[in-house]
Order: sequence, then structure tokens, then C-alpha cells
Amino acid sequence: MIEVIDLHKSFDGKEILKGITATFETGKVNLIIGQSGSGKTVLLKSIVGIHKVDSGQILLHGRDLVKMSPKEKKEIRREIGMVFQGGALFDSYTVLENVMFPLEMFTDLSYAERVEKAEYFLKRVNLENVNHLYPSEISGGMQKRVAIARAIVLNPKYLFCDEPNSGLDPKTAKVIDELIAGITYEYNITTVINTHDLSSMMEIGDNIIFIYKGLKKWQGNKDQLLNSGCKELDDFIYSSSILKKK
Amino acid sequence: MLEFLYNTGRYIWFLGKVFSKPEKWRIYIRQLFLEFEKLGINSLGIVVIISIFSGGVISLQTAYNITNPLIPTYMVGLTTRDSIILEFSSTMLCLILAGKVGSNIASEIGTMKVTEQIEALEIMGINSAAFLVLPKIVAFVFIVPILVVLSMFFGISGGYFVVSVASHIVNSENFIYGVHYAFQPFYVTYSLIKSSIFAFLIVSISSYYGYFTTGGALEVGRSSTKAVVYSSIAILVANLLVTQILLS
Repeated sequence: MIEVIDLHKSFDGKEILKGITATFETGKVNLIIGQSGSGKTVLLKSIVGIHKVDSGQILLHGRDLVKMSPKEKKEIRREIGMVFQGGALFDSYTVLENVMFPLEMFTDLSYAERVEKAEYFLKRVNLENVNHLYPSEISGGMQKRVAIARAIVLNPKYLFCDEPNSGLDPKTAKVIDELIAGITYEYNITTVINTHDLSSMMEIGDNIIFIYKGLKKWQGNKDQLLNSGCKELDDFIYSSSILKKK
Repeated sequence: MLEFLYNTGRYIWFLGKVFSKPEKWRIYIRQLFLEFEKLGINSLGIVVIISIFSGGVISLQTAYNITNPLIPTYMVGLTTRDSIILEFSSTMLCLILAGKVGSNIASEIGTMKVTEQIEALEIMGINSAAFLVLPKIVAFVFIVPILVVLSMFFGISGGYFVVSVASHIVNSENFIYGVHYAFQPFYVTYSLIKSSIFAFLIVSISSYYGYFTTGGALEVGRSSTKAVVYSSIAILVANLLVTQILLS
């Protein structure tokens, strides 16, 4: 479980996170939602330790990330897998090498074992016959799946995804959503996804946190989402003319 | 002035991060060999071509400017040799490499930064600065002196070919005699020391500008330009200081 307590973060004097307190549950798909500029990417990157917070606590199974030494942070990061918005695959490595990279860096497995494990996870994300291609030679959806395989290859406790569906067509986006949800339940991971994709919210949102102007405005699940009673959330969800309340 | 101090401080902090203990030596050594190929062997062609032509031009200009019959023609060989060894093969060559290698490094690392590949490394608990930059520095500092020696050979050979073989301005024996005349081996050592320092400056400065790129493609281009400009300035300043220290 991940708990964030009274989290504050500013950039150049501008406060982006204004005291967020939220809980992200293990074995569930936790979504951070909100409009662009609301602070959800800053929140996600603060939780994984990319951004140093001004104040507050980030508890990963009770261990406070904020108070950890750089060495402890480095250790705990090996329990974290992250899927970036653009995939962030290493351009100079092939698909297989990208997935093998964390294994090579942090395990003592032999080359054959590393290949076997990387191939297993590539199959797990439904990718075959692309092992020797470079990231630039595969589609955006495939890149996201390779990024997911790389993020879970070390069996992380925590999986973070920054807008995994951005730039994907609805069908591919659904495949990615189902894949992340499936992996979360199968490996009992604490998954945190940053998204503003309504389909994702309705399909896989076990625990949803709505951020509005740097504050948590609402927390619930996909069944409660459409009747939240939160004006800002309603404005966000029903901003599309298709869904606009009559 | 403040920006200069800010960048200097951050550059020193960055070097501290680069020279920290690697996570896994085996991977660093593999990266090192990749960098040997990318930064060194791939620069071989341009080094040979530039050295041959520059050596040819230096010898031609020297030959055309020596009009006094009291100055022996072997001076063309001697001047070509000293110009190549003392200045061209170390300083000029490194200025050229600052353009080729420096922009390449800054754009490579800058692109990795803006596409979140560096953040991906950090999330995995890897010291991204050390992983990306240390092999480049070690490889380039090691390979540049080799390129400089090759440049000296091809530069002097180019001069010989142009003035003695192709245009017969200076006969072969005189040119070769001039190349051997009053040769000081320390000049080669001086040149190699200089080139290693320049190699370090090129890679570290270019990596620094790439590593701290923020934004998108436009900023990657800007970082690349800054890398070349500041590496070149650093080379010129270091050249003056090192020459003062080693030859005074």
C-alpha cells in the first residue's frame, strides 16, 4: 500500500501540490485523474522520487520515501516499475535488450536465463517476433507494451504508469488497460496510473483519486464516478458534449 | 556572471555524479567498447582526410612563403612537422572533434533527457550520469591520443606528398631531412597530454549540456550548439594554460 500524507511541492515559487493526502491500495488499479496542469504528473513523479517534495510523507508499505537516504532510495527504486508517457525505451537497444536491461543490471542471471525471462515477459504483454527490432521500428502501442514488460521484469511491488494510453487509438488503449489490470491482479502489485482517459476510468478504476488545482477533491471507484456529487469532477467528466448531462 | 557561476557549480556537481562508483562494472566495460567504436573508430575517416589535406596546405604555404635563398628548403619539412605536431594534430583536430563528437554527445543525451529515458534509468536506481557519461569520457580520453598520433603521421605524409611527390617544390631528401632535423620527442608528449585534456573537456562539457536539456527538439538543438561553442572555448583556454605550463 502507498500512502501520501499532506504532500506539498512547488516549482519556482508556484505551488503545484497543495497538501495532498491519499491512499493507493495493493492488488488494485489506482488511478490519479484530473485535467492537464492539475498536478497529477507531479504527484506521480513525487511518489516515485523523481521530484523532491517540499513537505509531507510518502509511505511505501510504511517506509517513508521522503526521509530515506539516497542509498535507501536507490534500493527501494528496484521495487518500482514505471511506464512513461512516451515509453522511454532506450533507442540504441533492441526490444529484447530493453527488457533484459534491468535483469542485466540487477541480477546475476546468465545470458540465456535473461533472454528466457525477457522473452517470457514479452509474451506476457502479447509481443512476439519483434525481439530484434529497435523501438523506432515498432508502433506506439507496441512500444507501450515493451515498456510494461521492462517495468515488470524484476517483479516490482509498485507499478507506476504515466498516461499509458496517450496517443493510442481506443482499441489499443483498451488492450493496454486490460494488460495493466491483468498484471496488477496476477502479481498483486500496487499499480498507480495517471490518466485523463474516461474509458480507463470506467474500465479499470478500482480506486480513483481526482486532483483539482493541486488538491485531492474526490476519492472513490469506477462505480461511484458518475454520481460523485463533486462539482469539479462532474465538470471534468461531462466536459465532452457527448456526455453532457441533459 | 551569475549564470557562469551557476553553470560552473552545476558542472562540478555533475562531474561528481559521473565519477561515482558504477553499479555493475561488466556493463560499464561493455559500454566502454561501444563508445570506442562510436566516438573513436567512427571519427577515423574524418581525422585522416583532414590531416592529409591540412598537412598538404601547411607545407605548400610554407614552401611558397620561403623566398629567401639563404633559408634551406628542408625548413619546409621542419615547419610542417612542428606545425602538425605542436598545434594542428592536437588543438585543431580537437576543435574539429568538438564539432563532430560534442554535438553528437549533446544531442544523444539531450534526446534521452527529453524522452524520459534518463528518468527511466533513475527510476531503476541507476546513476544515469555515470552510466551514460563515464564510459564516453574514458573511451575518448584514451582514443583521442591515438587519433592524434595518426593525424601526425597522415598530416606530415600529406605535406610530403604535396610538396615533394606531386609538385616537386622541395625534393624528397630535403623534406625528410627537415622532418628529422632538431626533432624534440617532448613535443609529441606535450601534444598527447594536451589532446587528453581536450578530450575530457569535449565529452564532459557536451554531456553536461545534453544532460540538463529541458523541453523538446528545439532545446536539444540549442544544447548541441552550446556544447560545441563552450567545448571549443574551453579547448582554446586550456591550450593557452597547458602550453604555458608545459613549454615555459
